[in-house]
Amino acid sequence: MKMSKSPWLLHYDASSCNGCDIEVLASTTPVYDVERFGVINTGNPKHADILVVTGGVNYQNKPVLEQLYAQMPDPKVVVAAGICACDGGVFKDCYNILGGIDKVIPVDVYAPGCAVRPECLIDAVVKAIAILDEKRARMKAENKA
Amino acid sequence: MSKISVVPYGPQHPVLPEPVHLDLVLQDEKIVSAIPSIGFIHRGLEKLVEKRDYKEMVFVAERICGICSFGHGMGYCEAVENVMKVEVPDRAKYLRTIFQEMSRLHSHTLWLGLAADAFGYESLFMQTWRIREKILDMLEMATGGRVIFSIVDVGGLRKDVPDEMLAEFAKRLKDLREDYNRITAAFLEDDAVKSRLCGVGVLTIEQANDLGCCGPFLRASGVRRDSRMTDYEAYAKLDFEPVVSHDGDSYARCVVRIKEIYQSIDLIEQAIAQIPAGDVCTPVKGMPDGEYLARVEQPRGEALYYVKGNGTKNLERFRVRTPTFANIPGLVEVLKGQDFADVGTLILTIDPCISCTER
Repeated sequence: MKMSKSPWLLHYDASSCNGCDIEVLASTTPVYDVERFGVINTGNPKHADILVVTGGVNYQNKPVLEQLYAQMPDPKVVVAAGICACDGGVFKDCYNILGGIDKVIPVDVYAPGCAVRPECLIDAVVKAIAILDEKRARMKAENKA
Repeated sequence: MSKISVVPYGPQHPVLPEPVHLDLVLQDEKIVSAIPSIGFIHRGLEKLVEKRDYKEMVFVAERICGICSFGHGMGYCEAVENVMKVEVPDRAKYLRTIFQEMSRLHSHTLWLGLAADAFGYESLFMQTWRIREKILDMLEMATGGRVIFSIVDVGGLRKDVPDEMLAEFAKRLKDLREDYNRITAAFLEDDAVKSRLCGVGVLTIEQANDLGCCGPFLRASGVRRDSRMTDYEAYAKLDFEPVVSHDGDSYARCVVRIKEIYQSIDLIEQAIAQIPAGDVCTPVKGMPDGEYLARVEQPRGEALYYVKGNGTKNLERFRVRTPTFANIPGLVEVLKGQDFADVGTLILTIDPCISCTER
């Protein structure tokens, strides 16, 4: 069974302006409706396969993000949603912004845009699913060896 | 007398779209007190005025929050315009009012959806957000952006909206009214929903005044206060009354927001009917020198924008007081004595916008 048939999302807002967050939610609702592909937005890191992070990460939510990533079971994929999550965006020069979630956790797919458009986000999730399958195959091979 | 326990709530929680942390002190299932801690989305954008000039700051101000982004840009521009003594053309004032009311429309619709999700009505959530997409389509048609518009500028607007498009908006708003009639019944008349909302989390009129609450949260407690009455932009020429309810419970907050949705539709229709022809932007010369405090009624309540310029291209100080920040003391008061199971819906009834709060 391929996991990619129904990957579950965990969304975390790491100091974004909300613009990308509501677009993440909007992609699960009727007009874009990723749920028809089995993608479900969950609130529990232990149920999640794909971590969608928005925002440029500040010093206070850095440990939260690290914990969420650590609590997700392997294999897992991280999507940086929006330009802030990719590299800090308009807030890059702010004193409290680390500038991109890849400073904290490894990122697999970058989805730029301010705010990220649902089409772009869905595309990123589809790419993430392929990476998820790849990682799973690799894990299986390692376990056999 | 049972033991007191402390339950951490958030920052990452299924019912919270945004990170806010509450330490809930519980006695059995009842909340004794709640201790909020914020700062998970603090970016420090006020300090950016030192690095960006006053015109570039419009883009930063818009990104205080992605939900009421237009209002934030507008509040900032209004403050700078007043410092620089720029007269905004009438057409731009009307268009700003239209965009601001559309933002309110989509923000309240978003809230209705999240509220439905919080009390477990998944398909109602989906239906509400389906309607919201129609408003976003209109905004995208006029500005090119779905949530961040970048259409407001110091001196007016960056581009005009043609009259044909406004006529199309008026037509679509009529259909929207029908859509809203269909879903609001579920919020206002459903027994299961009422049992979650009626009489839960009452904020009295005295508490609301003392704690300095604002927006629908304040008006649901019976205070008739709405900064749109201060007649900025085109509001002086439009006919409206602040929506007030007197019960102060979660249900009253829901009612106020639903009535404000219809009020917004009405205001947009009035504005489209009256809008004058003409330019949408006054050219701006010179640098801001002086200070000003602008008040804008955002979907969540009154927001304040303080701007201080010193004659250079960079402002000396920019300060924002956002509505959710003013509503958090009210939320803490409302949570006391409530059931633990109601915390999710209660937090949502103030319509928290954490990224506004922490900037």
